[in-house]
Amino acid sequence: MKNNKSNFSKYLVSGVAALALSAGLASGASAAENGKFRVGIVTFLSGPAAGPFGVPSANAAKVLVEALNKGDVPAPYNKMGINGLEIEAVIIDEAGGATKQVEEYRNLVQRQKVDAVIGYVSSGDCLAIAPVAEELKTFTIAYDCGTPRLFADNADAQYMFRTGLDASVDNIGAARYLAATRPDVTRLSGIQQNYSWGQDSWADFTAAAAKLLPDAEIVEEQFPKIYQGQYGAEISALSVKRPEILHSSFWGGDMEALVLQANARGLLEDATGLLTCGEASFANYKDQAPNGMIIGARGPFGAFAPNNELNTWFKGVYNAAYDLDPVYPATKMVQAILGLKFAAENAGVADKEIPTAEQLASGIKGATFESVSGTVEMARANGHQAMQGITYGQYHYEDGKASIVNAVSFDGECVTPPEGVDAATWISEGFPGATCN
Amino acid sequence: MRFDKTEISLAAVAIACVLFGFVSPGWLIFLMTIAFAKALVVQGVVMQMRSGLVSFGQGLFYCIGGYTVGMGGQFFGIHDAIAALALGVLVAIVVAMILGLLLTRYRDIFFAMLSLAFSMILFGILVKSQSLGSTDGFNVHNWTVFGWAPEVGAGSQQTVFTMTVLSGLVIAVLIHRYTKAGIGVICEAIRENEVRVEYLGLSPRWVLYGNYVAAASVSALGGGLTALATGHVDPEMAYWTTSGEFIFIALLGGLGHVAAPFIAAIVFSVVRTYAIEFVPHTWQMILGFTLLGVIVFLPKGLWSLVSREKSGERA
Repeated sequence: MKNNKSNFSKYLVSGVAALALSAGLASGASAAENGKFRVGIVTFLSGPAAGPFGVPSANAAKVLVEALNKGDVPAPYNKMGINGLEIEAVIIDEAGGATKQVEEYRNLVQRQKVDAVIGYVSSGDCLAIAPVAEELKTFTIAYDCGTPRLFADNADAQYMFRTGLDASVDNIGAARYLAATRPDVTRLSGIQQNYSWGQDSWADFTAAAAKLLPDAEIVEEQFPKIYQGQYGAEISALSVKRPEILHSSFWGGDMEALVLQANARGLLEDATGLLTCGEASFANYKDQAPNGMIIGARGPFGAFAPNNELNTWFKGVYNAAYDLDPVYPATKMVQAILGLKFAAENAGVADKEIPTAEQLASGIKGATFESVSGTVEMARANGHQAMQGITYGQYHYEDGKASIVNAVSFDGECVTPPEGVDAATWISEGFPGATCN
Repeated sequence: MRFDKTEISLAAVAIACVLFGFVSPGWLIFLMTIAFAKALVVQGVVMQMRSGLVSFGQGLFYCIGGYTVGMGGQFFGIHDAIAALALGVLVAIVVAMILGLLLTRYRDIFFAMLSLAFSMILFGILVKSQSLGSTDGFNVHNWTVFGWAPEVGAGSQQTVFTMTVLSGLVIAVLIHRYTKAGIGVICEAIRENEVRVEYLGLSPRWVLYGNYVAAASVSALGGGLTALATGHVDPEMAYWTTSGEFIFIALLGGLGHVAAPFIAAIVFSVVRTYAIEFVPHTWQMILGFTLLGVIVFLPKGLWSLVSREKSGERA
């Protein structure tokens, strides 16, 4: 009896496995060529980056794709779907590291036969995907990752584009905001997560501050490990140095924890916080962040996006669907999808025809398109990298409502290194050629 | 030299795999390449499991293999894939010979935690190394095989796949012989009763030491092949979740046979990739239930599906 039972379970397990395998292989073979425009969308659906970045992005993609398929989006994007074709979004999880993402990228392109891929929050994933996009000749838009190495390491990229800004812009912008609004500060400090993002952000910020605020000195820097969550020791170390500015590139749960703890300990009363990704938690601070804290959105996104027709429309539908205002990752995802739509419709192919990757690339390379964040110029890295201005402002919470005051915007030309010059060189030479308003 | 039945069938399957590589789609070749490369790392875990030690830090040697191949090309001008892989194995052996002196003094959870600690130390060092791209890592490209540069795309993919299958075959045959040989049987004896082995006049510590170093070299080869196939390395390779994945695959396959880790790695990759496709929000749960199902219904791993009569005889 026992033998029969265990035999049965063995057959069951092997049967299910075989079925899953064959079903999977079959679905892969039949998925292609259904007359829709398939877009792979890759962002964090699990892990610490899902809450602040991935989920808002995926939600934004869902409402936008739905609206595009109905033809509800305002002009110039009022044509149905992409080039008249219905959009089919394949959303997958970015969690799991670069090796897995390369595998899943190949699956998207070769098994699921997507026509384009939009995605990647993590810089490591972007760097790993870029050569594969070139190898598979697939039109790919990096929507959020910030590493300046994306096009420095892949200088002859043909198929990889980025509609978001790189991280140097955030920190040059942050230093410019201080120079414009607090030119008399002398004591700067920083707390960064100890990984590429934090290290690069701090290097760019300190270099830019050395040029723009020549009288200021760095009095303290702290590099706690990522996802640490408890910053008691770091806050003590920072507090005793009496900084006037506390720069941080923290994001997500770490950032909210830092604001909460530093505010409770009085650090954010003595020093003004300057959070380059601060806008992503805009709705969560309530009265736990001090008024006057400087926050950024990595460009003119989220709460810093202008009140143009597209953005007003997008905020409306996003709010109706999720009862929240879109934060910057949501705006950036919309920008990437609109960029793809622009590329397809500017590629010079007939109505309801799917453009090739080459046609998509030629449709957006060096082009200028309208977006929820205003006008986007693909003006850097041979027309593959977007150039836009950046806005910083101060958090203000009054009568249960959060707002941004004292916002200052800087033009793209003011915060972006010229073509072919890397950020570190540009900063160290004192921003030659920068035109600021 | 005589080959037994297992070795002949392994060779036949390997040849079939290489031929299959010429007709299958690119994504499947890539999936199989990564699965086989990871299976090599899992072989290292399984070798130690046979002797009663669970390594929670096999990612250390996986990462050393990957980074040596990457850095060889990037900084030292070693573009030959075979030379880079050999160098990776060599570096892993040297590191294992040093760490093994300490690690083989420990058993059970102490060995597991200490091996984990060393892999996390490497992770920490790499995260702090901005010249190596910190957490972002760096790309691995422009490699050649004996001076011949495969064309970018399908050609290089095919080449890595063939190299992975062939090295998998060689390693599998060696491990198969090793487990059947006296030394391999002693490893199992150490797991069952270390004191008795000592009474036999053998030193369990030095047997485990040799086993540890051999496992490290196999794992480093897997890491190097992964780096060539993916074209990118990052410190995540040494992170504990990566090592956990290897243990997951080892448990999935079981210790029954040298082919088990290869089968388990393919099952793992296929289940994961389809879970991500069909249930993008809960794919981890599917993996969890798969492992749970295997542990409950097949406590000796997937291999017990193949060898149920034989295992009955042995028991």
